[in-house]
Amino acid sequence: MSTPAVTTPSRWRALTRHHLFWPVAVLIALLLVNVPFTPDFFAIRMADGHLYGSLVSIVLFGSPLILVAVGMTLVIATGGIDLSVGAVVAITGALTCSYISDQADQNALAGVFLAMGIGLVAAVVCGLWNGFLVARMGIQPIIATLIIMVAGRGVAQLITDGQIITINSEPYKLIGGGYWLTLPFSIFVVAAVVAVTVALTRRTALGLLVESVGGNAEASRLVGIRSRRIKIMVYMFCALCAGIAGLMISSNTSAADGNNAGLWIELDAILAVVIGGTSLLGGRFSIGGTVIGALVIQTLTTTIYTIGVPTQTNLVFKAAVVIVVCLLQSPKFRAKVFGAKGARTTAPAEPATPADAAPKMEVSR
Amino acid sequence: MLNRRNFLTAAVGVAATAGLAACAKEDGSSSNTSSGGSKTITLGFSQVGSESGWRTANTDSVKSAAKEAGYKLQFSDAQQKQENQISAIRSFIAQKVDVIAFSPVVVTGWDAVLKEAQSAKIPVVLTDRSVESDESLFVALVGSDFTDEGRRAAKILEKVLQKAGHKGKVKIAQLEGTTGAAPAIERAKGFKEVMDAEHKDDWEIVVSQTGDFTRAGGKQVMAAFLQSNPDIDVLFAHNDDMGLGAIQAIEAAGKKPGKDILIVTVDGVKDGFIAMSEGKINAIVECNPLLGPQLMEVVKTVHEGGKVERWIKTKESDFMQDQAKDALPTRKY
Repeated sequence: MSTPAVTTPSRWRALTRHHLFWPVAVLIALLLVNVPFTPDFFAIRMADGHLYGSLVSIVLFGSPLILVAVGMTLVIATGGIDLSVGAVVAITGALTCSYISDQADQNALAGVFLAMGIGLVAAVVCGLWNGFLVARMGIQPIIATLIIMVAGRGVAQLITDGQIITINSEPYKLIGGGYWLTLPFSIFVVAAVVAVTVALTRRTALGLLVESVGGNAEASRLVGIRSRRIKIMVYMFCALCAGIAGLMISSNTSAADGNNAGLWIELDAILAVVIGGTSLLGGRFSIGGTVIGALVIQTLTTTIYTIGVPTQTNLVFKAAVVIVVCLLQSPKFRAKVFGAKGARTTAPAEPATPADAAPKMEVSR
Repeated sequence: MLNRRNFLTAAVGVAATAGLAACAKEDGSSSNTSSGGSKTITLGFSQVGSESGWRTANTDSVKSAAKEAGYKLQFSDAQQKQENQISAIRSFIAQKVDVIAFSPVVVTGWDAVLKEAQSAKIPVVLTDRSVESDESLFVALVGSDFTDEGRRAAKILEKVLQKAGHKGKVKIAQLEGTTGAAPAIERAKGFKEVMDAEHKDDWEIVVSQTGDFTRAGGKQVMAAFLQSNPDIDVLFAHNDDMGLGAIQAIEAAGKKPGKDILIVTVDGVKDGFIAMSEGKINAIVECNPLLGPQLMEVVKTVHEGGKVERWIKTKESDFMQDQAKDALPTRKY
């Protein structure tokens, strides 16, 4: 995770070299853009017994994306990609809400937990299927996961009967729309998932194994890593994250919308992963970067709403920002534009492709 | 819950998304006779998607009306994507259906495929939404007048404001529908028309953004609006679902929907009426989705070579809060 071995750099240089520097800089810049349009953008006050403010709503509405993106990070680290997460979001929300809506007492805790369990199990099964196709059948991840991406939305519609299922369950509302200790409950869920992921991947050898599978699956298998099992596991984990996000999204509006829940979230998640500095080639990843990346995207969305970008130009505005962010992320671009003087002194320490964290195993391909 | 029709709907939806809609599934039992030879009218219908309760009611109305009339219906769900809809229409042309009907996802970009239908001599009927194409390319539109719905929304807002005793400036937030969709463009246009003509000085739309006709969209956009413009007096949402999402955002901000912020929405789905009976929505402008029977009449006339009106408007009305409780049991969708 640390910066490459640079000999005696200045503090500033060390800072700008940190792999999270550019994502964080963009996030801060985006937040600051809001201030002229919303003078009390950073203000947080109490409303209705909980904290309320722009920052709170960015985290609240961004939570599902963070979760999906964290799962996606691990899949991408193995050199794969998971396009099915949006459909998994829809399936989980649809199953859970339709189960809850069939209950006599929608507020009964047991029923809600069982419903969530059913939803999450379905999500994990989707992940198992993806992993099976990718690892066992050797199908390209983009094709393997496309199956559920396409079919899954049909399944979600089938479950909801094509309707939007509205539920009135206070306990279920907590996960994605409720508050605990004055903070959105979803923050705690996200924090827990991120903490567990970081602990599992950085405190154990699991992260290294994931990266080595991404670096070169065959080589890792030859050195004794069960690369297939690792792959199946990351797809299941990714689907589980998407499942929790699905619970959150449906709980946030107390409704399951088979058609629109999590629509295009897979693309936002991939974007978040990339903004966070994880290479799509696999072999290395940064969970922290992904969280920042997801926050950048959510802040961008909120910014569009608050600064009054005309609706017709929303996507152009979004695209422009994303292009700038991606360019800033590119070492080559930075070297060309503002690195003219700095690049000379540190050129030897910065390889063109900073795949420093991953074992260099590509050569044997 | 998992009946056969829904399974087919889902299956067709799946095929459409995959871009495999070249062979649209048949809705109902398949017949081996070619459509040219048989007497029953085959109607190819491409639906926008199933984004809301309104749309589902619309789909059901078309399906049941086709069944009642004894027509063979080729149903295809475009899942909000124009390319799916175009490929569905092309497949209808290839199958030589008798009449094509569709609810366009967006207003532009239809000329090429409509010309193909014209040269194949298949009449095209638009439902619910219109397109910006040469008038000769379709025979009729069965649907609502969205511009008028916008006007009606502005008119009913006058009543709402009067009833609430609101005096002086009115700051309006607008939740637009999907960008580029006819209802979004025209509802905004109609609303603005009345506003510019009669309330130039006292009404102002302070913020306006798309909520994509969804609850989640409405909630998220409204949450941002409330941050950038905490002094919003009125919310005009282009459909009930966005309004319902916005209500949650308003409540999260510690305000009372229907009191602190007056809400006018369009559509009149059941959940909207429930919210209105709870006092959270002040007025609803109805947009009637049950146009199936009217569509089948047009299809019949067109197929027999008869003349139809260019625009067959659906029957609609407006509802204030005090009418909500009485109207609620009669809502079918």
